[in-house]
Amino acid sequence: MMLKYLLEKEFKQFFRNPFLPKLIVFFPVMIMLIIPWIANMDIKNINVSVVNHDSSSASEDLIHVIESSNYFILGKVTADYDEAMTLLEFGETDAIIEIPAEFEKNLLTTGSSPVQISINAVNETKGALGSNYLTAICMDFSSDFFEKHNMAAAGNINVVSTFNMPKLNVSVQNRYNPYMDYKLFMIPALMVIIVILMGGFLPALNIVGEKEKGTIEQINISPVPKFIFIIAKLIPYWVIGLLVLFLTMLVGYWVYGLWPENGFWTVCLFAVLFIFAVSGFGLIVSNYAKTMQQASFIMFFFILVFMLMSGLLTPLHCMPEWAQYFTIINPPRYFIEMMRVVYIKGGTLHDLWPQFFAHVFFAVFFALWAVLSYKKRD
Amino acid sequence: MEDNVIIAEGLTKCFGTFTAVDHISFSVKKGEIFGFLGANGAGKTTAMRMLCGLSIPTEGKAVVAGFDVETQSEEIKKNIGYMSQKFSLYEDLKVWENIRLFAGIYGVPEKEIAPKTDALLGRLGFEKEKNTLVKLLPLGWKQKLAFSVAIFHGPKIVFLDEPTGGVDPMVRRQFWNMIYEAAERGITVFVTTHYMDEAEYCDRISIMVDGRIEAMDTPKNLKDEFGVESMDEVFYLLARTAKRAE
Repeated sequence: MMLKYLLEKEFKQFFRNPFLPKLIVFFPVMIMLIIPWIANMDIKNINVSVVNHDSSSASEDLIHVIESSNYFILGKVTADYDEAMTLLEFGETDAIIEIPAEFEKNLLTTGSSPVQISINAVNETKGALGSNYLTAICMDFSSDFFEKHNMAAAGNINVVSTFNMPKLNVSVQNRYNPYMDYKLFMIPALMVIIVILMGGFLPALNIVGEKEKGTIEQINISPVPKFIFIIAKLIPYWVIGLLVLFLTMLVGYWVYGLWPENGFWTVCLFAVLFIFAVSGFGLIVSNYAKTMQQASFIMFFFILVFMLMSGLLTPLHCMPEWAQYFTIINPPRYFIEMMRVVYIKGGTLHDLWPQFFAHVFFAVFFALWAVLSYKKRD
Repeated sequence: MEDNVIIAEGLTKCFGTFTAVDHISFSVKKGEIFGFLGANGAGKTTAMRMLCGLSIPTEGKAVVAGFDVETQSEEIKKNIGYMSQKFSLYEDLKVWENIRLFAGIYGVPEKEIAPKTDALLGRLGFEKEKNTLVKLLPLGWKQKLAFSVAIFHGPKIVFLDEPTGGVDPMVRRQFWNMIYEAAERGITVFVTTHYMDEAEYCDRISIMVDGRIEAMDTPKNLKDEFGVESMDEVFYLLARTAKRAE
């Protein structure tokens, strides 16, 4: 059986490579150990400066509330707005809260007082979250204040003078990720990134590497059928991709305590199909490329599109509609959906039939294309 | 015509407007050593690639080992061996692994591979190198090994594209001895070369100039025809008519 000899060759070449066997172990482990702590959207440590024109006990209380919050670090407290603004411009503070003169007096007499918040929104996420937190703190402050002074919450504090809200007690329950830990969202995504990089890049460089060395001629001149040749190229990356995925899952379990409760076999099933598709895609690129450099750049392009348009980092439903349609033909989209359902919601195959059929389609489609795009003759 | 194993009629290959091989016709008999000569860029390699089923002819036809190059290229591939000018064994596999791989691809039964490998390494005097990575062998050794691998499965024809490029005269001599042995076993040898002393070793040679075959005969007849003493001079008289730049 020809396939046996070709597989022997591929595995020997892979494990004899001085670099690749180390890469497939160290790369996933390093990414899994380091990136979850870095790629973090939890906003903490926002520097707030206060411009206090009032010097009353109410304004002191408000400053104290901000200071005691986990999210903020209290910076300069001053009576000069321009001074605070200079700090903001030099990036030494992220937000300014300005308390007007006669703040306490107005609150006690009219039941309302404006407070101005200025936020550095260069980092949009930090700006938006920071202003939300600050607003929420002001709300809490006002309700406490009125409670303390036995006043009806008729007016409340006015944030930027137009923010006039009736008081609601909202209680939020975070389902599936109760502590809103961003790592729980990121880790399954990282596993997918690692699988795409390892399972896609390595085969993309393989066939074109044989073209550069000239050894592909010796295969083209032989009676090896195209199908057998491509399968012999696919299977090793399939095995390697699965090993890499299991490695990331083990790190996820040991370090972060994450494990797909009910869905281990679901992950396996989808991974088998997904890696087959991704490696097939890599081989297609390799078939069309003339040099390894070309293949790398083509893969960079597609992997960027794959990642940014798959819901990996930003939710799909936030994209414009045309982009959402585009994600239908993006294979990693389905794999990521599966990983999040299985890892975060504890789902199984029964919740994932559409994703399953998408996987089957892409696996067959890319494998067939890989066979057809490999040309033994010119 | 029974024993003609290669027959080409008006074989042509164009790349865009460039005609690399321009209506060449010839035939090669079974067991013959056929030298395929020509300056760099004359179209030798392109012609050979068409005969091996690696390149589809633009025009004309050719039959190799009884199969048509255009429609039955995969059948041809079962019956030929090939060794290219660019050295083409797997450098990161060991000597025995390369032999095993290509033997397996060409359908040599698994039981026969190991004993035949040992016998081959014995003949080559490579017993000690059995477990050496190919990339660590000297060039001449690699070439000899590549040739042995190309005929390991007993093909009807072996195509050699500048097999002795860059190796020393000693190894070239040994290499040609191997070619003679193969021809004695009935393997037809189709060889391109730049070395005119090697051309003298061939039964028959053709000389390509600008994509066309300008002369084809035994080395002796060619020398007589051009009234010169050596193949060098025959080649020089023909090649200087070339208009194609390198």
